[in-house]
Amino acid sequence: MRFAARVADFARDPLAWALAALLFLALDMQALRPLFAAAFPALDRPLYEQEGFGTLLLEHIGIVAAAGLAATGAGLAAGIAVTRATGREFLPMVETVVSIGQTVPPVAVLAIAVPLIGFGQEPAILALALYGVLPVLRATIAGIDSVPAGMREAADGLGMRALQRLWLLELPLALPVILAGIRTSVVISIGTAAIASTAGARTLGSPILLGLSGFNTAYVIQGALMVGLLAVVADMAFERAGRRFDQRR
Amino acid sequence: MIEFDRVGKSFGDTIAVEDLSFTIPGGEFLALVGSSGSGKSTTLRMMNRLVEHDRGTIRFQGGDIRLRRPEDLRRRMGYAIQSIGLFPHWSVARNVATVPQLLGWPRARIEARVDELLTMLGLDPARFRDRRPRELSGGQMQRVGVARALAADPEVLLMDEPFGALDPVTRRSLQGEMARIHRASGKTIVLVTHDMEEALSLATRVILMDQGRIVQDASPAQMQAHPANDLVRSFLGRGPR
Repeated sequence: MRFAARVADFARDPLAWALAALLFLALDMQALRPLFAAAFPALDRPLYEQEGFGTLLLEHIGIVAAAGLAATGAGLAAGIAVTRATGREFLPMVETVVSIGQTVPPVAVLAIAVPLIGFGQEPAILALALYGVLPVLRATIAGIDSVPAGMREAADGLGMRALQRLWLLELPLALPVILAGIRTSVVISIGTAAIASTAGARTLGSPILLGLSGFNTAYVIQGALMVGLLAVVADMAFERAGRRFDQRR
Repeated sequence: MIEFDRVGKSFGDTIAVEDLSFTIPGGEFLALVGSSGSGKSTTLRMMNRLVEHDRGTIRFQGGDIRLRRPEDLRRRMGYAIQSIGLFPHWSVARNVATVPQLLGWPRARIEARVDELLTMLGLDPARFRDRRPRELSGGQMQRVGVARALAADPEVLLMDEPFGALDPVTRRSLQGEMARIHRASGKTIVLVTHDMEEALSLATRVILMDQGRIVQDASPAQMQAHPANDLVRSFLGRGPR
């Protein structure tokens, strides 16, 4: 009974379905060969087979994770620094940089990164990390600033040191907002990492690029399907984590 | 216990407090009364170094407070404010235990102290210990705020308009609680309020402030019998003669 209820819960969960679809396609895109062959009868090769989709998915996730970790670390550190008493004077400057930076499309960052460090995974990770810092930084500032002044005063008045106030009060209360920032950063990153194939990194964007240059619509659809599913899974997973950590509710 | 010696404080060009001298002996219940901008809150907040004074000397138990680390000073002075500032992600018990935990008390001692305080402030520990602040009424929250301020048995309790946002009934009952706690513990209490009636009924001494200076410093009986000027009279609810 209990097990049945769990299965039922699982079956109603959109995240579970999206994850299952993603894993299925990653392991066995072959299963869809008849479908693509029927839809695109003019194509000799209706299925992308240069690398397995599982490999592409892992490499894609690897690039996004590396960039996401770097962006989260840098964004958190900078956001915490400018909300401290000693760093406050840099807050307006950082906020300006953040809003200007947000208007630059990530592709532009990629285009600048390649001539600087050459082709491969590194420029892709650098570009994604640079662009991904901004949402995390903005969310960290917003989250910490949203802690009511009265709570801050109580924390100080009761004798918390600056780091204790940060760790015991500000970060826990800011966590849902910060998670939302990381979510934005990672989801943008998943989409942009597909374009990172132009910089020579192997990602789920590889079939899309090959398909676009070789007029193979089936490749484009296969790549886009994977990227889309991955983005949806990541987005829903973060949303769930955010709700779980929202301790103010 | 606390000694102000010609203390002054300015914010930019504005003088908040000027030439303030008074001594609070141990066990006194002092009320700082004044309208907003009179400098009463600044005076309170200088005692635990939430505001640093510019001129003069403030001593706590004989020692210059500037020579102590602010955190150490604050952990020995309870602090309760109007906005209460309970931490919403912690249970009532964890909130009350804030300072004992900062001081590294053993767990059993903290738990016993939390239950003792909740009981003292009229909150049944079994019912309230594990609640979150959002599940409490305004009066219950302020009771938890006062319990938190008293948790590590501080020598002094500083309170800034702690009953300001409460309805009259809850307010009366908490005021009664404070008077009882003062009598029972003999703690030094400094209360900031704009409500002269509250000051007169609770405090053993009233300092009325205006524009950063002391207008009158007297016991409640003296102040009522001999108001120093028309301002004091108006605070007492009587018109000028």
